[in-house]
Amino acid sequence: MWKLWESILQLAHKEKSPFGLPPNRALMDATDTFLRKPAIVTKRKPHVRDATDLKRFMFTVVVALLPCYVWSVYNTGRAAYASIGIADPTLVQVMLEGAAYIVPLLVITYAIGGAWEGLFAQLRGHEVSEGFLVTGALLPLIVPATLPWWQLAIGISFGVVIGKEVFGGVGMNILNPALTARAFLFFAYPAQISGDVWVAKPYVKDAAGALVPYWQSTIPADTINSFIAQGGQALDGYTGATALAVAAQEGPGGLEKLDSLYSVAEMFWGLIPGSAGETSVACILFGALVLVLTGVGSWRTMVSVFAGGFAMAGVFYLAKDSGAAIPMWGLEPHKHLLLGGFAFGAVFMATDPVSSPFHKTSKLIYGFLIGALCIIIRTVNPAYPEGMMLAILFMNVFAPLIDHYVVQAAIKRRAAHAR
Amino acid sequence: MEIVERLLSLATTSIFIENILLANFLGMCSFLAVSKRVDTAMGLGIAVVFVLGITGPVNWLINEFLLAPGALQWALGDEAKNIDLSFLRFICFIAVIAALVQLVEMIIEKISPSLYNALGIFLPLIAVNCAILGGSLFIVEREYDFAEATVFSVSSGVGWWLAIIAMAAIREKLTYSHLPKGLEGLGITMITTGLMAMGFMCFAGINLKDEGGDEGGDKAALVETTADGRLAEATQ
Repeated sequence: MWKLWESILQLAHKEKSPFGLPPNRALMDATDTFLRKPAIVTKRKPHVRDATDLKRFMFTVVVALLPCYVWSVYNTGRAAYASIGIADPTLVQVMLEGAAYIVPLLVITYAIGGAWEGLFAQLRGHEVSEGFLVTGALLPLIVPATLPWWQLAIGISFGVVIGKEVFGGVGMNILNPALTARAFLFFAYPAQISGDVWVAKPYVKDAAGALVPYWQSTIPADTINSFIAQGGQALDGYTGATALAVAAQEGPGGLEKLDSLYSVAEMFWGLIPGSAGETSVACILFGALVLVLTGVGSWRTMVSVFAGGFAMAGVFYLAKDSGAAIPMWGLEPHKHLLLGGFAFGAVFMATDPVSSPFHKTSKLIYGFLIGALCIIIRTVNPAYPEGMMLAILFMNVFAPLIDHYVVQAAIKRRAAHAR
Repeated sequence: MEIVERLLSLATTSIFIENILLANFLGMCSFLAVSKRVDTAMGLGIAVVFVLGITGPVNWLINEFLLAPGALQWALGDEAKNIDLSFLRFICFIAVIAALVQLVEMIIEKISPSLYNALGIFLPLIAVNCAILGGSLFIVEREYDFAEATVFSVSSGVGWWLAIIAMAAIREKLTYSHLPKGLEGLGITMITTGLMAMGFMCFAGINLKDEGGDEGGDKAALVETTADGRLAEATQ
């Protein structure tokens, strides 16, 4: 088996490939190193003997994301059943329903993102890198599960091509590609990605009053209006605002409404509406543990994001009785950290080794500013109830600058020391 | 107290929310050309803050006391009520800017010859930097008073400076990238600018001018308009 594979590989590496096909060694090498270990090893000293190469590194992130995925399938299925008013579905039913939402999203991001990655690797002669595994795994978790598939496809294309490939591929991008994709979708199709995240599949009531999934009903798409006219009833779908949107938009009573809807425990375990992966802080913390223990994610960034967020939310909370305050300021700091994409962003997005700064000190500054900025956007900016995505993108822009000045400061300090 | 608050919110608005470079896309030419190194960008940024910070108020004075309709009344009395010299606005503003740029040029040449050489032709070109003329014209158009004009022009300059040093740091990092051939240099800089503008959009929609009021009411509309306008520009 391996011998056959070897010979195919060697064919691919020949200058003139068989069958008149263009040489496609990038894809072949990618498959090869994915299945086995890389053929190229460092010949000269110094050696670092470690099982962790870029592939394992990236794959660790995907493993760390697994609990979030399981949870997202469960929570999506739960919301889907709740939306059609079935109160107690079995666990299997819930998981199947959730998987029907989440799995296609993942397949789309992997297929399209992988295709772009492969195409660029082929044309530009670099290796197919596993970065897209992470990007492709992150994106479905930070969009609403009901996002139209074509939008997701456009989003991942934008993220991979404009966010990463035009900068020279993996390791060179300025902004996190998954966040770039989400921001693109956010600004291009605000209706589908913000506000009320859960819009159920169109279920319709037939003439007898029973709920029928729209695609199983016998009504052709263009006659749905006439169907309604004949006494059938199309459900709007069940929309639920995300917890943050509840707090931000309901005016003075928003916080009380939030308290009445969701308990802190529910926020922690993730029984709240939201983008697929961001809801369960428990699963995210498990991922954080994996990332920190394997050294893939920087604990400095994570801790400082949480510290920054907590400090800023605390400031607003203390100032909530002052004149200029709006109700959102009264949201307790710990809830800020539990709600929305804060934890997910802190653990999986801010720690992206490429778009975050490199130095230890700069990571602390960077993380703290992300946390603080996110809370500022949430509390001060009425346009966005959620601020994590834009806060991280904003700090991505400034990450090289922070690095630059941290290095300059270190040089000055050493120079002063030497004198 | 209230005026301090108003000026502070104006400053924040013009640094972050309506960043003159990344939201209004003014001053692009020198931004694209002189953002290769952080030190140079820093120098140019400070020069722009300086020039903008002085031309803004000076042009405000000129407009208020010489050019605006009926402005000459303070010197010529009532018969000047109908004199409207605002057609001279552009040329006067440009003259002030050019004179100031000459001044800055001399100062920089004296203080830091290396920066002078690094900035090269782009230093005199500040005179035609659209951010500076744009700043002066915004002041007239938005009918700021003198204090507001000063704060607006200084903080617009600071916003521009912030954007250009961030860009310069990014471009220093990009030096090591294996960019596609056709995108080297300006191409990738344009794309990066677009992405930066997307990052700066986290502030879009913050309205510091009227507190409280309706929150989230026209949220969707706002997001839509900003998104349409900016992204269209960003992807061009």
